[in-house]
Amino acid sequence: MSNAAEAMPGKAPVQSGARAMIEMQAVHKWYGEFHVLKDINLIVGRGEKVVVCGPSGSGKSTMIRCINRLEEHQQGRIIVSGIELTSDLKHIEAIRREVGMVFQQFNLFPHLTVLENLTLAPIWVRKLPKKEAEETARYYLERVRIPEQADKYPGQLSGGQQQRVAIARSLCMKPEIMLFDEPTSALDPEMIKEVLDVMIELAQEGMTMVCVTHEMGFARTVGDMMVFMDRGEIVERAPPAEFFANPKSERTRLFLSQILAH
Amino acid sequence: MASETAAIVVRPSRPAPWRDPRLRGIALQVVFVAVIAAIIGFLAYNTTVNLRRQNIATGFGFLDREAAFGIGESLIAYSPADTYARAFLVGLANTLYVSAIGIVLATILGTVMGLARLSRNWLVAKLAAIYVETFRNIPLALQLLFWWALLREVAPGPRQAWQPLPGVFVSNRGILLPVPHQDPAYLWMAVAFAIAFGIAYAVFRWARRRQAETGRQFPAGWVGLALALGLPLIVFVAHGMPLEMEWPVLRGFNFAGGTAFSPEFGALLIGLVVYTGTFIAEIVRAGILAVSWGQSEAAMALGLRPGQRMRLVVLPQALRVIIPPMTSEYLSLTKNSSLAVIIGYPDLVSIANTTMNQTGQAVEGIAMIMAVYLVISLLISLFMNLYNRSVALVER
Amino acid sequence: MTEIAHELPLPMQRPPATSTGILGWLRANLFNSVFNTVLSLIAVYFLAVTIPPLIRWAFIDAVWDAANGQACRGPGGQEVGACWAFIGEKLRFILFGRFPYTEQWRPLLVVVLFIALVLASCDRRMWGRRLLLLWPAGLVLIGILMWGGVFGLRYVGTEYWSGLPLTLILAIIGMVYAFPFAILLALGRRSQLPAVRMVSVAYIELVRGVPLITVLFMASVMLPLFLPAGVTIDKLLRAQVAFILFAAAYLSEVIRGGLQAIPKGQIEAADALGLGYWRRTRLIVLPQALTMVIPPLVNNFIGAFKNTSLVLIIGLFDLLNTANAALTDPNWQGFAAEAYIFTAAIYFCFCFFMSRYSQMLERTFDRGHRR
Repeated sequence: MSNAAEAMPGKAPVQSGARAMIEMQAVHKWYGEFHVLKDINLIVGRGEKVVVCGPSGSGKSTMIRCINRLEEHQQGRIIVSGIELTSDLKHIEAIRREVGMVFQQFNLFPHLTVLENLTLAPIWVRKLPKKEAEETARYYLERVRIPEQADKYPGQLSGGQQQRVAIARSLCMKPEIMLFDEPTSALDPEMIKEVLDVMIELAQEGMTMVCVTHEMGFARTVGDMMVFMDRGEIVERAPPAEFFANPKSERTRLFLSQILAH
Repeated sequence: MASETAAIVVRPSRPAPWRDPRLRGIALQVVFVAVIAAIIGFLAYNTTVNLRRQNIATGFGFLDREAAFGIGESLIAYSPADTYARAFLVGLANTLYVSAIGIVLATILGTVMGLARLSRNWLVAKLAAIYVETFRNIPLALQLLFWWALLREVAPGPRQAWQPLPGVFVSNRGILLPVPHQDPAYLWMAVAFAIAFGIAYAVFRWARRRQAETGRQFPAGWVGLALALGLPLIVFVAHGMPLEMEWPVLRGFNFAGGTAFSPEFGALLIGLVVYTGTFIAEIVRAGILAVSWGQSEAAMALGLRPGQRMRLVVLPQALRVIIPPMTSEYLSLTKNSSLAVIIGYPDLVSIANTTMNQTGQAVEGIAMIMAVYLVISLLISLFMNLYNRSVALVER
Repeated sequence: MTEIAHELPLPMQRPPATSTGILGWLRANLFNSVFNTVLSLIAVYFLAVTIPPLIRWAFIDAVWDAANGQACRGPGGQEVGACWAFIGEKLRFILFGRFPYTEQWRPLLVVVLFIALVLASCDRRMWGRRLLLLWPAGLVLIGILMWGGVFGLRYVGTEYWSGLPLTLILAIIGMVYAFPFAILLALGRRSQLPAVRMVSVAYIELVRGVPLITVLFMASVMLPLFLPAGVTIDKLLRAQVAFILFAAAYLSEVIRGGLQAIPKGQIEAADALGLGYWRRTRLIVLPQALTMVIPPLVNNFIGAFKNTSLVLIIGLFDLLNTANAALTDPNWQGFAAEAYIFTAAIYFCFCFFMSRYSQMLERTFDRGHRR
């Protein structure tokens, strides 16, 4: 970690310690005059699963969207798998190739079939032959347990199926890191489990994951580290067992009592 | 009691005819049709009586008579000794000509302005917004008169003509452009262009197939562009570069040489393009805004470049929203070209108007105008429906 | 293992200077990439070339006061700046045209009345029965003011009506009368009865397929032929009829959009209550359908308002045609640009206000439809 911090700023890519996949150092972000991210410091090691929680509007989505530059940070440094995020398009593209993202609203492409959704980026970004891309796509569809839906359009699938397609779409790029931005919040209760099962499997295979979610059961099962955010800052971080049993901060305790009350 | 109820249920009841909804419907329609027919009959009767009283022969016989009026500009050969039928044809050709050019230019202007309004560049977005809001909220007739006055009155005489580009003259006699001298090279250049187009298509197909097989991409678009420009250029050079242009030259009080647009044509075209462009800009903007930002974000997260994002994700979805209203804009541009009559450009309506004034054949004249516009409307919507279906097929 | 950053929230900080202030704004909005920088430079160049001469023409070199066209021009007889004196001279003619000069307070009042009526109708609290009383009263008053002949007002025939009041009459009266006709057409197009449906579709598609000019020609040339010998109707009424017939076809398509958007359950519920077709339509269907389509109706009205300018083709003196007529004064030759810019400004004010209003309505309605 320390090497990266001492490396010349702006000189990228920076090789950081072999274990760190994501490093955020003193990251600040403003929307206009509004201070949304305050002094964020976070290190995610290879294979580590970080679960981010916090009240709505606490900046957790903004934070993980900074990791693949869907949002721009104004201060501090973000280094993702050894590449520093600057405004250099080359770095941004390189990072986006290595980082998969799953959105709350699925964001599947409605004008393409499921298979075409899955092969679009491998063909145009990874420059794979179509046949190979389709083989990969079918493999991942199998993995998320909907191989039979390959030729349907997203509009014909249920929410849970759509979200699993979205996960498969990211996996087709063979990313090293997966970001999940409230992947189950837009789903009906009976569909949440089918998506979580896929995510748990992924976690067990050793994928590096950063996950914004309120699914505390999931966090307990797979999380290596809980991060609690409030008002744009990281308030507390701890392994799940400690985090739930013995929260240190008053704000964390208040939040936990609210979401675990029912 | 029970048996009575059963009897009522079992008996196949036929309601009285005035309470049977089916019969009532039929009766209503008969009355309706009768009333409409009576009105039409009444109008037709009055018309025939009035026409007879004014000694106007009905029918399209007048079309064979000599028109005996001149037409300022015409795409096909015409003289006042020609028939009314030919005069109509001249008008039709002029209408189609100005509409076709207008549609192409308005689409370009509208698309550019619509995209500009979405630009993250504040100045560009504001300028586009000012353009749209200004020209959308002023009647087209007024705009036509304004451009016409600008070209005719405010523009200087030929001797002091404005020269926005070398060889291009704007004066109160119209807009003059230089044209190249006739030379066989130009024909061969056109042939070369067509061949380049064919090759580019083949390259495009080959690139697609190769990408599907090996994943390697080929800049087919750029190669196609290079071919389309390069091949004609090679022919041009091979023919010894016949660069001789026919420049408009001031001879006495007017220009000679080059090709000229009359102030009427110029004003009509500018007016139609600028006015319709505002509506197309709004359609394009709305179409792109209709594609949710999440789609772009998902494409970004997958690592697609901005160009690919637009081409593979945003445009295919936006077109679906854009095409239907675009069709009706094309239709209204064609219909609006009839405003030519205000500034005296000899379009179909203007010529029909002259004909009606000369012959008194108002019913026939208006019937012909209506028929032509209806056919144009039907053709454009047919064409656009076909295109729309092909876009829709790609999706589902 | 647990890390607590701090118990109390971090204070808000101000963003770094590079992202705020004028420089930050310029960077973010004009020069955030090479492409945008080029675009900005082109735009600035365009403004630098066009704006100064325009301002020079319209303000600095403009002549605000002159006795006649000659006095407006420079020494060589060339126009140096805008001749706003021409507008000053012709203002009343452009606005009220051939209406008797001493009576022109009447059309002025009519314009004010129209604007007041339209503004009142824009207020959502007024929607309903109150408007239904306000409009007929307003229209009667407008009729009295224009025609006169009662209460000691001098009679003024429609052949003298011109300028802005004529434009407003054509547009507003046209819409008011086209509206019920359009509702019938829209209902007819969705009728279960094939004959009614076919006639409605034929009418709507025929009218929408041809330019307004042909309908106006038809009204001015063919309407006299349609009527029995001896019956004549004046030019204004003919144009007004053409407008109503034309606008109704377009309006009916907008209304049909609203009818189609009504959930089927509404109609089933009305049937279950035992309402017949007409009562169902009047009480359940139309109120919902019409409210839904108010924003496109306003847009339609803007179109109709702009379209009134076409009556100059059949020789009526609307606002555009009075401006045209003002240009023929031999003492004031060659000020077309001034006249058209002035007229355009009037049209623009009306249309811009209405389009802003429709956008505002659309936003409030949108909010209503979201959960």
